[in-house]
Amino acid sequence: MNKENSVLDIKKIRKISLLNIMWQWEIILLFIFIMVVIINSNLSPYFLDYTNLMNTTFNFIEKAIIALSMMFVIICGDIDISVASIIALSSVFMGMASHAGVNTFGLVAIGLFAGSAAGFLNGFVITKFGIPAIAVTLGSMSLFRGIAYVILGDKAFTKYPISFAYFGQGYIGNTMIPFELVLFLMLAIIFGIVLHRTTIGRKVFAIGNNSTAARFSGIPVNRIRLIIFTVTGLCSGLASILLTSRIGSTRPNIADGWELEIITTVVLGGVAITGGKGNIFGVIISIFIIGFLKFGMGLINIPGKVMTIIIGLLLILAIMLPQLLERLKPKNSFGKVTK
Amino acid sequence: MRDLFRKREFNLFIFILFIIFGVSLRTPSFLYINNFVDILNDTAILSMVAIGQLMIIATGGIDLSVGSSLALSGMSVALLNQYHPGIPIFVIILISITIGLLLGSINGLLVSQAKIPPIITTLGTMSIYRGLVFVLCKGTWVSAHEMTEAFRGFPRSSFLGISSLIWVSILIVILFLIFLNLTRTGREIYGVGGNKIASQYVGINLKKIQYIVFTLGGGITGLAGFLWVSRYAAAQSETAIGFEFQTIAACVIGGVSIAGGTGTIIGVVLGSFFMGIVYNALTMINVSPFWQMAIQGFIILFAIIINTFMDKRNQQLMLRKRSFNE
Repeated sequence: MNKENSVLDIKKIRKISLLNIMWQWEIILLFIFIMVVIINSNLSPYFLDYTNLMNTTFNFIEKAIIALSMMFVIICGDIDISVASIIALSSVFMGMASHAGVNTFGLVAIGLFAGSAAGFLNGFVITKFGIPAIAVTLGSMSLFRGIAYVILGDKAFTKYPISFAYFGQGYIGNTMIPFELVLFLMLAIIFGIVLHRTTIGRKVFAIGNNSTAARFSGIPVNRIRLIIFTVTGLCSGLASILLTSRIGSTRPNIADGWELEIITTVVLGGVAITGGKGNIFGVIISIFIIGFLKFGMGLINIPGKVMTIIIGLLLILAIMLPQLLERLKPKNSFGKVTK
Repeated sequence: MRDLFRKREFNLFIFILFIIFGVSLRTPSFLYINNFVDILNDTAILSMVAIGQLMIIATGGIDLSVGSSLALSGMSVALLNQYHPGIPIFVIILISITIGLLLGSINGLLVSQAKIPPIITTLGTMSIYRGLVFVLCKGTWVSAHEMTEAFRGFPRSSFLGISSLIWVSILIVILFLIFLNLTRTGREIYGVGGNKIASQYVGINLKKIQYIVFTLGGGITGLAGFLWVSRYAAAQSETAIGFEFQTIAACVIGGVSIAGGTGTIIGVVLGSFFMGIVYNALTMINVSPFWQMAIQGFIILFAIIINTFMDKRNQQLMLRKRSFNE
């Protein structure tokens, strides 16, 4: 609020701030989410079922975990399209280790390490040579999945220890709450706190808004970006553990096309693709919107390819919506105050 | 002569010659003229679509929907051909281009009028167009025996010993060489990518340029859709999946800066040819096709790192020259 505003009619300001809350992205998302739930539960009696809802989270939690770190990447003004290939790469390494007789603990370590190493490689090339992230991760997307193809060819790894299955298929105790979901919620809390309550988070926003200015104000821009890319690799490794454990096999085309779905989720969650703007709540709501929307459409037998049309439309309409609302908004005496 | 060596296109050309030389040492049959015609046939579609991608990247955008719009226009004309075999081939081509133009202009409108960033717009339309292909064909294929002879035969019909597929791509290259280098709009495309704000101050209509590049890119993609479907004599809902990344890779290898403002058609054509030659060479020296993707990724990373180094050196040279003149 600058000086000019204080002179203005207090009523007007109150009205506008109420409007601003209404237009807030998370509120719109929440509204969409409620719509999805209402429509789905009307279309199918099986939607609002506790067991069903819990079990459907298996289908999108792996993507959701990567979406959390992708949020950081995009807020930084970067992008990472190699995440799905990192999943394939770590899954292949875990499969190799498993066939060599490594135990569950070792497999988890290998999965996490392979993921972070791949992420570090991305971050290193991007920051060291100053190349746009999209170009580098485009290359590493082919490279990582290509290595998976080189190792596996047309075969598959299917031999995993029985205890390894817990990560992707297990529930917490005797409840119907999946282990994956709890893991995701814990990670979401950590990522949310880091983004919104620590100086690291503030620095990330600063880099996304103006990386040159951020560097001049003493923020180690490249080191933070390198860490973020490594963490994204780590999260992809984690997702790879969960996914491999859930489906119990590794093929080189595992998680094909996930990168775009994850980016869609993050952008729908209100993170500006140009960087510098975003909110953990938006991303979490968006994860559940897309997850439940797909679940509901699956219940009424809509084929997967048709779902992609609806997700694509949702993405474009959701991005257009704020602009349309902006135009409908009453013009006030201090012009565009909404930013 | 030194200026020549500083040109990316020339370096890429030398690099291609090296690869040809190296592979032919191991497999002399690589040098047969027929083999090069094969490579040209394989890269004709890629280089055409990559030119469309080049224009979009030059304005600072990106088009992720090319694979899907290629499949959609290809599927549409394949179905048209299946149910109305009487329609002459040039009408089919026109329809294919029109569908591409339409799909591209939807992207263009969303980017220029609704101001949605190109990467988001095309991410969305990529899913939408891909889904529409499935809706159109209901999950089935249009296979060779359901297409007319004229439809299937078009890319293979030859004129002066060169297939019409190659002729079409040469035509596209020449048309867009003229458009990008000799017309005002073509130069404005680079201007927009170089500096969006400055370009508007000198009176370039940003919205118009964005709309034009996406629409023209779509038109090329539409034409490529027909060529793809008729060349491979099959249209299915998975046609050209992941093709968008190949076109971007051809651009990146050809020295196009992903940030916009630079890039030449010759570079992009060489980039596509380079990818074609590498695939062909791998098959020739009996490397398993499973290596293709990894090698493609390695080449992309290698090419962009080299490009960045050359950029930095060129800038230093330019600075030195300037200080010398002063």
